Amino acid sequence: MGGGFGPLLSFLATTRGGLDGHLVGALRKARSSVQSSLVTRVIGIALAAVVIIYLSPKVYALGPSYFLRIVAVGVALGAIYALIAIGYTMVYGIVELINFAHGDVFTLGAFISLPLLVTPFWHLTEETGGGWGIVLPLIAVFLIVMLITGLINVGIERVAYRPLRNAPRLAPLITAVGVSFFLEGVMYLWKGAVNLHYPDLLPSNRFVGGTFSAKDVIVIVAAVILVAGLAFFVNQTKLGKAMRATAQDRDAARLMGINIDRTISATFFIGAVLAAAGGITYGLYINSVNNGLGFPIGLVAFTAAVFGGIGNIPGAALGGLIIGLIRATNDGYVDPQWTDVVTFAILILVLTLRPTGLLGMRVPEK
Amino acid sequence: MNEPILSIHGLTKRFLGLTAVDNVTFDVKRNEIFALIGPNGAGKTTLFNCVTGLFAPTLGRVVFDGSEITGTRPHRVAKLGIARTFQNIRLFDYMTVIENVLVGEHARMHAKLWDSVFKTPQERREEAHVRERARELLKFVGLEKHAESYARNLPYGQQRRLEIARALATDPKLLLLDEPAAGFTPQEKAELMQLVQRLREQGLTIFMIEHDMKIVMGVSERIVVLDHGEKIAEGTPEVVRRDQRVIEAYLGKSA
Repeated sequence: MGGGFGPLLSFLATTRGGLDGHLVGALRKARSSVQSSLVTRVIGIALAAVVIIYLSPKVYALGPSYFLRIVAVGVALGAIYALIAIGYTMVYGIVELINFAHGDVFTLGAFISLPLLVTPFWHLTEETGGGWGIVLPLIAVFLIVMLITGLINVGIERVAYRPLRNAPRLAPLITAVGVSFFLEGVMYLWKGAVNLHYPDLLPSNRFVGGTFSAKDVIVIVAAVILVAGLAFFVNQTKLGKAMRATAQDRDAARLMGINIDRTISATFFIGAVLAAAGGITYGLYINSVNNGLGFPIGLVAFTAAVFGGIGNIPGAALGGLIIGLIRATNDGYVDPQWTDVVTFAILILVLTLRPTGLLGMRVPEK
Repeated sequence: MNEPILSIHGLTKRFLGLTAVDNVTFDVKRNEIFALIGPNGAGKTTLFNCVTGLFAPTLGRVVFDGSEITGTRPHRVAKLGIARTFQNIRLFDYMTVIENVLVGEHARMHAKLWDSVFKTPQERREEAHVRERARELLKFVGLEKHAESYARNLPYGQQRRLEIARALATDPKLLLLDEPAAGFTPQEKAELMQLVQRLREQGLTIFMIEHDMKIVMGVSERIVVLDHGEKIAEGTPEVVRRDQRVIEAYLGKSA
């Protein structure tokens, strides 16, 4: 995370009255004490020490190239989690809604891309695939799917969340869970509840003694481009500034002439654009998707968003990366069956010990 | 030129059982300094919220600059030319001082998203112009040295002045100030009064809520007094100062 992200730190949920709910309560209470207490630090350091002592013999025994392979997978998966986590965090930042349907928007992106891989203009299948010829069609698929999914998410906000904007905050939360079921249902009716094969289009050449594959690199580069684009958008454009203003004080933003309905729509659009890109990337990386995929992955991405400091875009990117690495490490060195346990244990620990997350509300002092 | 810039006709705002503003009617004339006073809970800020569109009035009409704006959404009201500050400061804390002002300017810019993504020449010109104007506004309120600080790091008095600069950035015709002198030292109050006078000289109409009687009596030309949501007096400072109902509202009835 370089200095270029500095101003992005400002994209934060602000103190707005009338909140309840344990999670939000915990998040808000924490703001008064941004500097983590001594207890939190001691627990954090102790945990890290235990993990390192436990893992180092295993890492040593399995050798350096296995370790690098784990890091590559961790960063690639982390990049995908980051793309989803950013959408969670942006929506939370602007309307203080934990959008539980966001994971399903991610799956929807992958689902919409499946038929689009084969069109009259291009034919992206494993038989025809490979080579540089896939680059432009694939970019076209990305753009079309991102646009469609973005528009669908704008529609979801319009129909499901906007009417509840002034309702008690539990109402939109439950609606979001409902939207999640709805999207999974639609995808079930569309393709059934089976694991669908996603074409393996990316080259699988390996480098550095077989540790890094071209796939890993492509996924990571795609995510970096998208996140950089987002950073530019939020910091350099009028609409980006309007989004930050709306996130910080909605009424003041309205009185400055900002149409908050449009700004909130834009936030849902961008969140879905990144999630859809994440969905396609996931498909290309893992080569298997199913209609229920979004909920568990969404929860992991939500954990990443909380870990980085919810409402905080660079935090979400960093959180995604770290959660990806932790999960890959657990998969590779401990036991994949325990990976979700570890992930959600982290969620609970962060919420109880440091609800502001890693980057939290901190803003660079000038 | 002497038609009112803002007319409030029979404005009523009820919250469930509570009537916060009760059938209030008055005009604010073009280019005057007008004050709204009254004890705590009299409904002054509620009235501001009805004018700026944050609340829709229960009954009554608000006419601004010849067109009815009752129930118009806040961003439209802002574009028509009403800006305001808040009683409790509400800056964009995690933006720099100049960015706060730019938010107000940007709502008026013509450049489309497309232009700012691709940095078209038109957009560059407009952006440069807008930044220039933002710097002038900061200079006007004496904050040009702090342009790059975060708004939350400014001392209290400067935050209040930044709120005024931010409001001015929307290029308003009518400026609503909600207790602009709250928590000010006598020195800061004197500066504020000068600032308000200067704004009026530049053609703005000032409509303020203020508790500090020195300021109210010192700068405003006309005053409306609210008590329990009702208008109990209207007139020049001399008239209002001697009004029996006003004295009772502030000091209680004598036995």
